[in-house]
Amino acid sequence: MAEAPFGLLAELTHRCPLQCGYCSNPLELVRRDAELSTEDWRRVFDQARALGALQIHLSGGEPLLRPDLPELVAHANSLGCYVNLVTSGVGLSRDRLRSLASLGVDHVQLSLQDATRAGNDRIAGIKAFDRKVEAASHVLDEGLPLTVNTVLHRQNLDNVAGIIAMAERMGAERLELANTQYYGWALRNRAVLLPTREQLAAADPVVAAAQERLRGRMEIVYVIADYHEAHPKPCMYGWGARQLTVAPNGDVLPCPAATVISSLEIENVRDSSLHDIWHHSPSFNAFRGFEWMKDPCRSCPRKEVDFGGCRCQAFQLTGDAAATDPVCSLSPDRSTVDLILETEMAPAELPVMAMRKMR
Amino acid sequence: MTVALDAVPRIRRGVKCTYDQIREAHVVLFPEGVLVLNETAASVVALCDGVRSIGDIAVALADEYAGVEPGDVAELVARMVERRVVDVHG
Repeated sequence: MAEAPFGLLAELTHRCPLQCGYCSNPLELVRRDAELSTEDWRRVFDQARALGALQIHLSGGEPLLRPDLPELVAHANSLGCYVNLVTSGVGLSRDRLRSLASLGVDHVQLSLQDATRAGNDRIAGIKAFDRKVEAASHVLDEGLPLTVNTVLHRQNLDNVAGIIAMAERMGAERLELANTQYYGWALRNRAVLLPTREQLAAADPVVAAAQERLRGRMEIVYVIADYHEAHPKPCMYGWGARQLTVAPNGDVLPCPAATVISSLEIENVRDSSLHDIWHHSPSFNAFRGFEWMKDPCRSCPRKEVDFGGCRCQAFQLTGDAAATDPVCSLSPDRSTVDLILETEMAPAELPVMAMRKMR
Repeated sequence: MTVALDAVPRIRRGVKCTYDQIREAHVVLFPEGVLVLNETAASVVALCDGVRSIGDIAVALADEYAGVEPGDVAELVARMVERRVVDVHG
């Protein structure tokens, strides 16, 4: 039997007031009429807790767009889970936050698109900056811990010092600076988003200095730009190892991007229990452990460190989900990534960002 | 890092300590993740109340566990500080 998962990422809806072109949601967004009902989600939380999950991340899209959010927060809390609200901040009024906190939200993760109002609102596609600043102050007033999340890319990486300063002003305990990972909308917009080597080289010491200066006050987590690295990220700390995702329509995914692997048979909570899906489904067992690996991963000591990297990225860039993540310098397909860097880091003509929209 | 014996540890804001019936273990839940604690660690964390010092905690645990040294408690608390589960003052 596989070890129990620690967390459930509950994507309550794909609807979102923001239109960020790097969204990790799939291009085919789930429409409102296909979303799980309140009863479905309550059952999913029950099953996740029974399976071993202790953290429930209420995410999306924008979870505040679900009118049943208070009930779902209360239910997750009643199960003894740590309840994490992942939000754009749009719609998070003082009263709303106070009510959600009293029902059991333990921690708020607030997205920030850029350091300034102009930059933030351009990337988000709507006027959201002021509402984020207000939302942060409500979180602080309520005494909840705040994490600010910023996705980094070519359009905002030069402003990383300003983003760190903004997170400090917002009173964040943690700041996640995550270089864009290329799935869903981000993959679609990769040529607008890929940072240059110069940008990354300039940002690295700024982040390192801030980590040192803010030690004990604000923790800064820096997620690397993997296309530019020699080794892949330890994606999900292994397939079907620590966390599972339930999409708005009830699809159960080993990682939020897993729908891109078209050969994977995805199960749904309307048909099976999370227990059966986690332990027995072909999709969750497809890349568990090390047996599925081929060389160079199979005989590589780093397989215990990076688990062969990301299955979705392998599928997207090589067509084979069981291949070594092609960002790895040992991958026979590394040249594919190098070619992408060469042609897309500084394209002759800059493509226009496709803003995230429901079709 | 090292923690002095007169330092006073306290569980950080936003950190929940609970018992997981599924794993049959004490666990600490916090924004970054989950820590599964052994029995000794759970007893130490439960006493990180912002009042007792490391030395006080060692004395309090001496009844329950023979041979608990303040140095062991300090080492465990230091690990918890690194994982951002507890803060220390003093």
